[in-house]
Amino acid sequence: MANFYTDNPDLKFHLNHPMMKKIVALKENNYKESEIYDYAPIDFEDAIDSYDKVLEIIGDICGNILAPNAESVDHEGPRIENNRVIYAKGTQENHEALTKAGLYGMPLPRKYNGLNFSMVPYVMSAEIVSRADGGFANIWGLQDCAETIYEFASEEQKQKYLPRFNEGATAAMDLTEPDAGSDLQAVQLKATYSEKDKTWYLNGVKRFITNGDADISLVLARSEEGTTDGRGLSLFIYDKKSDAIKIRRIENKLGIKGSPTCELVFNNAPAELVGDRKMGLIKYVMSLMNGARLGVGAQSVGIAEAAYREALAYAADRAQFGKTINHFPAVYEMLTTMEAKIKAMRSLLYETTRFVDIYKALTHISNERKLEAEERNDLKKYQRLADVFTPLLKMTSSEYCNQIAYDSLQIHGGSGFMKDYPIERIYRDARITSIYEGTTQLQVVAAIRGVVTGTFLAQIKEYQQTEILPVHEPLKRILLEMADEYEKSVKLVEEINTKSENSEYLDFHARRLVEMAGNIIMGWLLIIDSTRDDSYLKHAQIFVKLGAAQNKHHADYIRKCGLDDISMFKVTAKTE
Amino acid sequence: MMKGLKIVVLAKQVPDTRNVGKDAMKADGTVNRAALDAIFNPEDLNALEQALTLKDKIPGTTVTILTMGPARAAEIIREGLYRGADNGYLLTDRAFAGSDTLATSYALSKAIEKIGPFDLILAGRQAIDGDTAQVGPQVAEKLNLPQITYAEEILDINGNTIIVKRRLERGVETVRGKMPLVITVTGSARECRPRHAKQTMKYKHAKTVSEIQEASEDYLQLYNSRPYLNIPELNVNDIQADVTQLGLNGSPTKVKNIENVVLQAKESKLIQNDEKEIEALMIELIKNHTIG
Repeated sequence: MANFYTDNPDLKFHLNHPMMKKIVALKENNYKESEIYDYAPIDFEDAIDSYDKVLEIIGDICGNILAPNAESVDHEGPRIENNRVIYAKGTQENHEALTKAGLYGMPLPRKYNGLNFSMVPYVMSAEIVSRADGGFANIWGLQDCAETIYEFASEEQKQKYLPRFNEGATAAMDLTEPDAGSDLQAVQLKATYSEKDKTWYLNGVKRFITNGDADISLVLARSEEGTTDGRGLSLFIYDKKSDAIKIRRIENKLGIKGSPTCELVFNNAPAELVGDRKMGLIKYVMSLMNGARLGVGAQSVGIAEAAYREALAYAADRAQFGKTINHFPAVYEMLTTMEAKIKAMRSLLYETTRFVDIYKALTHISNERKLEAEERNDLKKYQRLADVFTPLLKMTSSEYCNQIAYDSLQIHGGSGFMKDYPIERIYRDARITSIYEGTTQLQVVAAIRGVVTGTFLAQIKEYQQTEILPVHEPLKRILLEMADEYEKSVKLVEEINTKSENSEYLDFHARRLVEMAGNIIMGWLLIIDSTRDDSYLKHAQIFVKLGAAQNKHHADYIRKCGLDDISMFKVTAKTE
Repeated sequence: MMKGLKIVVLAKQVPDTRNVGKDAMKADGTVNRAALDAIFNPEDLNALEQALTLKDKIPGTTVTILTMGPARAAEIIREGLYRGADNGYLLTDRAFAGSDTLATSYALSKAIEKIGPFDLILAGRQAIDGDTAQVGPQVAEKLNLPQITYAEEILDINGNTIIVKRRLERGVETVRGKMPLVITVTGSARECRPRHAKQTMKYKHAKTVSEIQEASEDYLQLYNSRPYLNIPELNVNDIQADVTQLGLNGSPTKVKNIENVVLQAKESKLIQNDEKEIEALMIELIKNHTIG
């Protein structure tokens, strides 16, 4: 019996991170709920044990139901029948198994039928689900919408919608439109308030909506007539029971084929306003997107893990020239580099999740009581870190995920190009991760703030204070040099940038600078992991060497590519 | 509206003989239990699922797990609770050691008399360690109850009447029985549902008296404030059993010799000499990658 949680010791390792004590304490508020709920933990160890046991259920369902269904789901896909999206048979089985096991609504408070789990085990569940079926991870992950309702909706709305998640209600976030993709300020779907009915009505078209026929949808719409930017947008809840959306089509996609991507026509669809008018994009969708980006981070790690395992198994089985191919340097280098990258991105995933965990828990507490001075500082600090680590994670993990899927298929040789092996599907599923919920290029726009404000460097300096073992000293020296080189590169770019128009020079080198910061951060995280478990030392050594070489390359390119050189790259002159 | 049923599921902890390695058997030919995981006997899980399905359908239904074994068999009861059972009993006593199917079914039937009565007694068809398929039928005999073996699905319950689909070697059979009765369930029945998150968190501290004695002191107060966490143990005296009918004394089965058998030929199949059957064979061989 396969179990995708217990067969991957990395997960338990991250679940037992020292910072969990602080996170669980915030989330469980002195374990008071154990007096009301028979499934609430009575202390820290009890809470971690509950996380562990529930993740084991997820691992069981993923290993024995989701993963075996993945191939047929990919072939069958969803379809439209009588204006309803019908999931592939395997997708239906997956959703039913997870619902029956009571796993949905994981991070929601218990009073709304949730499990009140902190973000770390919830994100871990998303990673495990993604390893089993990258497409199904969307249907699982969209329960994030519950978090947005919990944070911003009225108590009445919370009581109406939140308990339904645990019973298996599915969700969707309806943001994108034909002319509003990366630029959501251009959203046009119209929301009009009827004084007579005391209700909002939605009219217009949404496109590329994942799980568009969900039970509960969060819809971004223009509530302020005559406005053209983000300040005229509000967020609404649409309930499928109203039956006022036409499902126009399901897109035919390259990958994640089990996840229905819909075009929707809203036809006087009744909806409820979430929170305040005009705050839709500025506040609520930003929060929703941050959750979704963390989710894609988890999805990327899960898909990469699946790809790596396929490569490892194939290379151990396939013999050429009288030995299995995992004995050839060209192949074992790829395998071990893939593994080191996975360890690095996973450490970044859970580090980011811990930051999100603390600031979210403190935000919820601040709604109930005034925070102490120290708590207020923590809230600010971890929100600042989460804001820049989330795009860094999304960018890095989705790009690695694609590289790893590419290398895994390469190791399969000609067989990998055939439809006979799972890697072909995994390779296609991986491709979307660096595109949706903000492309890599847009993640750079968000993450560069961590570079220019110095947030990344400050965090790197904090990692430098970690107590390490003598065996880590050589790696530490490399990382210190890398930090120095990074600082110099940032300074150089900032200096030259003062002379460029619209900050173009900084934008030009932004990805390189963000990647340099990411390599140093992941290097430190792996060293810190090695202080808790020396089996990570090997990965730290491989990753730091790799990162140092890449950073050197970037620094060199930055030095050699000055302001004047940018003009060589401009293509607009040719087309205009 | 039908009134809730009282169901007991007989479950056994067995060594996982499905994926055996080199060290699965000891030199003397007996099972090396230390080398194999202890698991919930698979067909007993099928039986549990049938019970839980009835619980879903008929409000007020309760599902009790009864298992006989050493102290660690309490794990089976917890597993049942995680998946939706209401309570469980561990039948444990040194006097049970060495019991064959006759002595086991005697002990189980005495325990059922003690904790019953039940409308339905469900069990797996057989356990993967012994493969005898005798315990369920013998329990029915000892309790003087009717029995339906090889059940694949409980189709309907109406008053005292139960309708069951049986899976037999050459087809299916639908039969009707009167409750109370014993049903043994085959492995072709629906698989058991996974553990439930909240049930698992609720019952993870459930322990027998012997286990509580070894439990961490931090949690001891739980067993007073949450009575459902105490898994009752039953011994020979509790079930008022006659010790001469238990253990080795009560077991007429004597193992004379155990041999390792290596199968020379696998199953054989007779193919008619005509186009249609040969083509079917070709398709099958290509499909399972024997050829092509």
